[in-house]
Amino acid sequence: MAEEMLENDQSLLVAESLSKSYGRIAACRDVSFSLYPGEVLAIVGESGSGKSTLLQMLSGQLAPSAGQVSYRMRDGITRDLTTLGEAERRFLFRTDWGYVHQDPAQGLRMAVSAGANVGERLMAVGWNHYGRIRDTASDWLTRVEIDIARIDDAPRTYSGGMRQRLQIARNLVTEPRMVFMDEPTGGLDVSVQARLLDLVRSLVAELHLAVIIVTHDLAVARLLSHRVMVMKGGRVIETGLTDQVLDDPREPYTQLLVSSILPP
Amino acid sequence: MTAMIDIAAAKKTFTMHLQGGIELPVVSGVTFHVNPGECVVLAGPSGAGKSSILKMIFGNYRCDSGRIGIRHRGAVVDLATAEPRQVLNIRRSTIGYVSQFLRAVPRVATIDVVAEPLIVNGLARAEAQQRAGELLHRLNIPERLWQLPPATFSGGEQQRVNIARGFISDLPILLLDEPTASLDAANRAVVVDLVAEKKRQGVAMVAIVHDDEIRHLIADRIVDVTSFAAAA
Repeated sequence: MAEEMLENDQSLLVAESLSKSYGRIAACRDVSFSLYPGEVLAIVGESGSGKSTLLQMLSGQLAPSAGQVSYRMRDGITRDLTTLGEAERRFLFRTDWGYVHQDPAQGLRMAVSAGANVGERLMAVGWNHYGRIRDTASDWLTRVEIDIARIDDAPRTYSGGMRQRLQIARNLVTEPRMVFMDEPTGGLDVSVQARLLDLVRSLVAELHLAVIIVTHDLAVARLLSHRVMVMKGGRVIETGLTDQVLDDPREPYTQLLVSSILPP
Repeated sequence: MTAMIDIAAAKKTFTMHLQGGIELPVVSGVTFHVNPGECVVLAGPSGAGKSSILKMIFGNYRCDSGRIGIRHRGAVVDLATAEPRQVLNIRRSTIGYVSQFLRAVPRVATIDVVAEPLIVNGLARAEAQQRAGELLHRLNIPERLWQLPPATFSGGEQQRVNIARGFISDLPILLLDEPTASLDAANRAVVVDLVAEKKRQGVAMVAIVHDDEIRHLIADRIVDVTSFAAAA
């Protein structure tokens, strides 16, 4: 049955000919794709390839110079993101979307407790029963493998890996359908990275999340994503199933990226 | 009888851009079919392109030209031109692939590695784990190892976990890349039995097997890959 859903459903987010230029510099040129519920898309490329610009446009934080992004809202109606009012956009961000920043300090409030960081998202969508908020926050801390004894501590007392797991809990507590991730394992030690990736992988499958993840790490793309887009100079130069693109890369630049991976 | 796999004039070349754009022809004119309940073994020396053909049938390698017809839920889909989403659906419900080496995710218990293909197709976890246990038992993986991730297992144990994961599902097509390569005689016999059971269930299989004895036991037909050698 899960599969019927996958074959028949409609796209969740559609990008059409997205471009962004800063004066004469084109940061992102003519990007189009459709993303479906439960699908994980990795955008890979080196610094300056335009992948972060693209992510900001897709998540409605940056207005495109040309093209549009449309998103199918929870009520089933597809809307062009640029036509959303500021309040509607903020509501979308608090409910149906998540955004995981590379630096957890950008996605968390560092001085308030972990429990409040998670609970805050629930209060923003109208939860007001303290006991239920705390219970749900505890559940989520457990799911991201944070010891409940640390619930009243502020994230500035947490390690990098714990902060990133807390950021993920804060994002997922409202059960979003779409999550954007910007280099979520970027600043972490390798062993901490593996644990986080494994956690993200199982949560994504369990919650049937659609994810757009920006990463320069092809191992991250291989582990998490179904599809990959390779960017260079603001353009998508190659796209396809992740294992196809990584095992049988066609473009010179993709071959260079793949051949630069150190053997494990 | 309607073939499960019908390949016509499939061609694959690698272009090595980092080596001055050298063209490396792999195979061309690949043409054969596989019926339900039949095991076709690909024969030919190392480097003849056997694994590449399996990868083309799985959609892991892209074709330059030709057609890879796959019977998927009653209709024939050309995998060479299918959309990524369709390829994923075909892998989920039609084609299984037992690779030469297990590519396991860190931290996932062996029993779950094996049960996963059933769970993604909607079977309850408990039932999936029970079937995974039965298969691990048949393949002589001791129960005390089932809760451990397979990363630290020996080569032969990992290969058996890989086989269990490949054979657990009820997919109508199975691709086997050297399934018996690092197994002892007892476990090779188990694999031969598993292949025979799949045939009785009508599963179409394509296998690469170097061991002559195993090849005799499982092959219904042999396709000589050297005839598809691409002209350099």
